[in-house]
Amino acid sequence: MFASFDFDVIGRSLGYLFFDGMTFTLTLTGLAALGGLIFGTLLALMRLSGLKLLGWIAGLYVDLMRSLPLVLVIFWFYFLVPYIGQWLTGSSRPIRVGAFTSSLVTFVMFEAAYFSEIMRAGIQSISKGQPMAAQALGLTYSQTMRYVVLPQAFRNMLPVLLTQTIVLFQDTSLVYVLSIPDFLGAASKVAQRDGRLVEMYLFAAAVYFAISCVASFGVRRLQARIAYVH
Amino acid sequence: MNYHWNWRIFWEPAPNGTGTYLDMLLSGLVLTIETAICAWIIALVFGSVIGVLRTLPSKTASRIGFGYVEFFRNLPLLVQLFIWFFVLPEILPRSWGLWLKQMPNAPFYTAAIGIGLFMSARVAEQTRAGINSLPRGQKLAATALGLTTAQAYRYVLLPMAFRIIMPPLTSEFLSTIKNTSVAITIGLIELTGEARAMQEFSFQVFEAFTAATVLYLLVNIVVVTAMRLLERAIAVPGYITGK
Repeated sequence: MFASFDFDVIGRSLGYLFFDGMTFTLTLTGLAALGGLIFGTLLALMRLSGLKLLGWIAGLYVDLMRSLPLVLVIFWFYFLVPYIGQWLTGSSRPIRVGAFTSSLVTFVMFEAAYFSEIMRAGIQSISKGQPMAAQALGLTYSQTMRYVVLPQAFRNMLPVLLTQTIVLFQDTSLVYVLSIPDFLGAASKVAQRDGRLVEMYLFAAAVYFAISCVASFGVRRLQARIAYVH
Repeated sequence: MNYHWNWRIFWEPAPNGTGTYLDMLLSGLVLTIETAICAWIIALVFGSVIGVLRTLPSKTASRIGFGYVEFFRNLPLLVQLFIWFFVLPEILPRSWGLWLKQMPNAPFYTAAIGIGLFMSARVAEQTRAGINSLPRGQKLAATALGLTTAQAYRYVLLPMAFRIIMPPLTSEFLSTIKNTSVAITIGLIELTGEARAMQEFSFQVFEAFTAATVLYLLVNIVVVTAMRLLERAIAVPGYITGK
């Protein structure tokens, strides 16, 4: 069954796969996780602010994003971002947006909903005495959040946030629907050009598997260490 | 915004001759639901078996379960679908591969099985968590009564575990519905696919995607409401979900 296997096609395309494809995938994963975390924390703060309207808007956004399939959200933003750009810059026609920007906006907006639920749980896990003590010390709301609550919430939730980032890393492969050459897209392009679907898809699977396995092993060790400290 | 809104587009005939654009989207919705239900049945069956394997005292059984879960969890769903759809027919013996390739509705079966197996790893984790959350006394009491391991699982542990994990299973089912849209990449024209087709035929991007969004939200609301009722009916008294 592997007699007609052509390992050479993998060797020939390694440069393209990793320098173009994997760089795109990892950059997108990293920036989307960072943006999603910042935006998600803001959403969580809005929901916990006690202001009805703010909480309602954030809740609606999170529920909406979590009810929709990622593929549909990718299509939505792919067509919507040029119009948002036009509105922001005040230009007369929809602006051109590159593949990377479009997917980055999509994943930041989408992941923010998931990160916000994690951060909300993290903030709620901090005992009430902490913000009370901060207020008693005369810290303002934003100081309480910045120096007392959020650092602890982030630390407690770090394993969950990282697990979500591994999911995000796997989900970035869905930019395939826009024909963007991320790692899987690059592998697929080579596969179709050389008629080597079996080799390329199995190789791509092996790479995704190895990275996700190592990353989740790391998260498990981190979790054990944090559990030990507690 | 110089976008041309036209909400009446849904009642205009679609160029593929199957009725209006609305009919097109609704047929996509039906396919989404059919695929999700088939995948969910596979996920429940395989997930329960693997989840039980991981809680058995046998080292081999729990190792097999661990390997299964890690395999399906560490590969992106899209890659898994590509492997079932493009790679499997090539590495099987030639006649089997040909049969697979010529099968009618191949995208549908591939999607149902591929998404089902992908979700089964998650269902297995929930099942395991449910069984492990039971007090140890349950298993011990079952053994003391003379039940075999199989009987203990069938009559004592699993009925309790499944009632406890209803809420997480609801969200796994919702994920299954959402994940069917990934099958667009192997040519399954489900709801997202029909919305995309409508956008290509009519150029009414935002109307098409708004309609798909509303339909997904409706499905979500129906599933969540139905599951809440079911959860309330079968909740175990004394547990968080119970009264």
